Amino acid sequence: MVGVSVRGISKSFGSASILNGISLDICDGEFLTLLGPSGCGKSTLLRIIAGLEQQDCGTIEVAGIKVDHLRPKLRDVAMVFQSYALYPHLTVSENMALPLRMRRLSAWQRLPVIGALLPNVRSVCTEIKTEVARTAKALGIDHLLSRKPSQLSGGQRQRVAVGRAMVRHPAVFLMDEPLSNLDAKLRVQMRGEIKELHRRLGVTFVYVTHDQTEAMTMSDRVAVMLDGQVAQVASPRQIYACPADRRVAELIGAPKINLLEAAPRGEGLLAIAGSTLAVDNVLDFGDSVTVGIRPESLQFADRAGLNTLTGRLRYVEHVGADLFAYVDVPGSREPLVARLPVELASRLQSDQTLHLRVRCEQALLFSADGRRLSEGDGQVTPLRSYAE
Amino acid sequence: MSQQQVVVDRELWVETGSAEALAGYALVGPALFLILVLFILPAGAVLAIAATDWHLGAKTLSFIGTANFTSLLADRAFRAALFNTAAYVLMVVPSTLVLGLSLALLIESGKSLRAFYRAIHFLPFMTSLAAMAIVWEALLHPTIGLVNQVLAAVGLPTANWLRSETTVLPILAVIGTWQSLGLALVLFLAGLKAIPQELYDAAEIDGADGLLDRLQTVTLPSLAPVSLFVVIVVMLRAFATFDIVQILTKGGPDDASVMLLYALYRESFEYLRTGYGAAIAVIFLVIVIALAAIQTRVVNTRTSRS
Repeated sequence: MVGVSVRGISKSFGSASILNGISLDICDGEFLTLLGPSGCGKSTLLRIIAGLEQQDCGTIEVAGIKVDHLRPKLRDVAMVFQSYALYPHLTVSENMALPLRMRRLSAWQRLPVIGALLPNVRSVCTEIKTEVARTAKALGIDHLLSRKPSQLSGGQRQRVAVGRAMVRHPAVFLMDEPLSNLDAKLRVQMRGEIKELHRRLGVTFVYVTHDQTEAMTMSDRVAVMLDGQVAQVASPRQIYACPADRRVAELIGAPKINLLEAAPRGEGLLAIAGSTLAVDNVLDFGDSVTVGIRPESLQFADRAGLNTLTGRLRYVEHVGADLFAYVDVPGSREPLVARLPVELASRLQSDQTLHLRVRCEQALLFSADGRRLSEGDGQVTPLRSYAE
Repeated sequence: MSQQQVVVDRELWVETGSAEALAGYALVGPALFLILVLFILPAGAVLAIAATDWHLGAKTLSFIGTANFTSLLADRAFRAALFNTAAYVLMVVPSTLVLGLSLALLIESGKSLRAFYRAIHFLPFMTSLAAMAIVWEALLHPTIGLVNQVLAAVGLPTANWLRSETTVLPILAVIGTWQSLGLALVLFLAGLKAIPQELYDAAEIDGADGLLDRLQTVTLPSLAPVSLFVVIVVMLRAFATFDIVQILTKGGPDDASVMLLYALYRESFEYLRTGYGAAIAVIFLVIVIALAAIQTRVVNTRTSRS
């Protein structure tokens, strides 16, 4: 069953086109992340799903129901905002109760004094109170219920915002960069908590972030958005190992993937950075091809040879378990980054010559228009591994 | 060697310490002098004069203690001034608040000409009320005034607005509101701009998407600090109303529009009873300081709570 279905959504603000015909099926109960650089339209898409923004064309379905002309409150979606958007004058419990009060009580029944005198109001209020208390307990914020948002830490506010979304049991959770206002340590912890929450509730989560670590660690699937279009939708592992095109490959992975221009030399050989790579003949390269090599796909080698790049070591960055070597190779302005075992540190000196063997089965080839070249289903590596 | 060093250091410290203190006093000196001469000494002088029967220009005076204050309590004109001022404040403050907020919401919800509306509503605040009072006088003239002519044209009863005991104070309140409105409007507009859009979005998703619900859930609570500030400023200005009374009514008819500051002016500079006027000034000061103190307390508890 489909949780959220996005069909041909376009949106522009004035002359600036933000979304160009986005289509996306989000399964029921799935954790889908919209990942992209700022300005790619991911937040706009989320706001359109929520109903806070009206699309220019296309339709949105939530749980099989067209919601295009429904107001946000009728769409069965809840949203967690980047700034949490808690009502500063209300206590935690009042904040969490508000969505229920708005749904279950009429305007008259919500009046301060008169409302309490109307029939049924008291029982509904008790019911709401119980549900808020239950949700708060599940999130571990039941001791904070009488506090104001200003008296809470960032992580606590975050939980209250999640609680306010949770309390009405929506079919879909929409989260707009909910962790970006937290410090690094808390972010890691909340990442786990949100993932756990998703597992426990089993409902659809649509999560917007520009942070690839969040996207990779939390999602069932990641939708990479670039320039108002969905560039690729796949599992985190596939997005990393088999990016659909060059821009996706560049976006995912830190440090960035190494991209080197190469010229076909016939006979399945590519001239690259002063060396030669042996590749599969089957692919049609055209005139030029770009080779993408992840930092961990480069290995330290003693001498030059086939599939081995040679360059001058610029500097070394230690990141604990590994080190990153930045190497200048001929024909590339940016240094090549290689992830090497930390044991090599004593053998590496600035300005020395370094040989790096390419682990061919992990390298990626991109055509001149940025498309990834692959055989068949896209899983098979385009480079042939040569045993030495 | 090191001990010597310590001694030298300490001497240096003491020296720079006293020099620093001296420089500090020298720097606050001018401000302290001005505060003393411009605020504290005059206030002390007013207090002292209030305890005498001094007439402006008289060569002698005698100390009469609290006699000025006791006669003030029995003075019909002063009691009228006290009552009128309170009534005027109670009319001006709520109407400025409600009208200012409504106008700000209207302007903010519109898309075009915002700067224009802002400017025309702020104009009365910028112009001299003395000049504007003359315009109002012309408008309110019983026979040739625009107000009465319009009322007569549509068949409504007319009145001699500034010469009738029942209408004079409300009319002054209308003029006072008209003048304070711009300030309240601009402050409310700034307050509205400061409300984060995400709060409105959250309210919309939570189901508070009607006009009244949105006002109650987001707009009004977010504007509470601004509203409090508007109340303080408008209230203090209303308490200190003098110019429109002086120009339009001179406190008449039959003291129906006399207010505290006008009573003070009349006693001190028309009847030349300076001691008596000083006593009114003291009472005025006490009221204003008390109000300011109460409001500061309210602001403080509010800000510490939210």
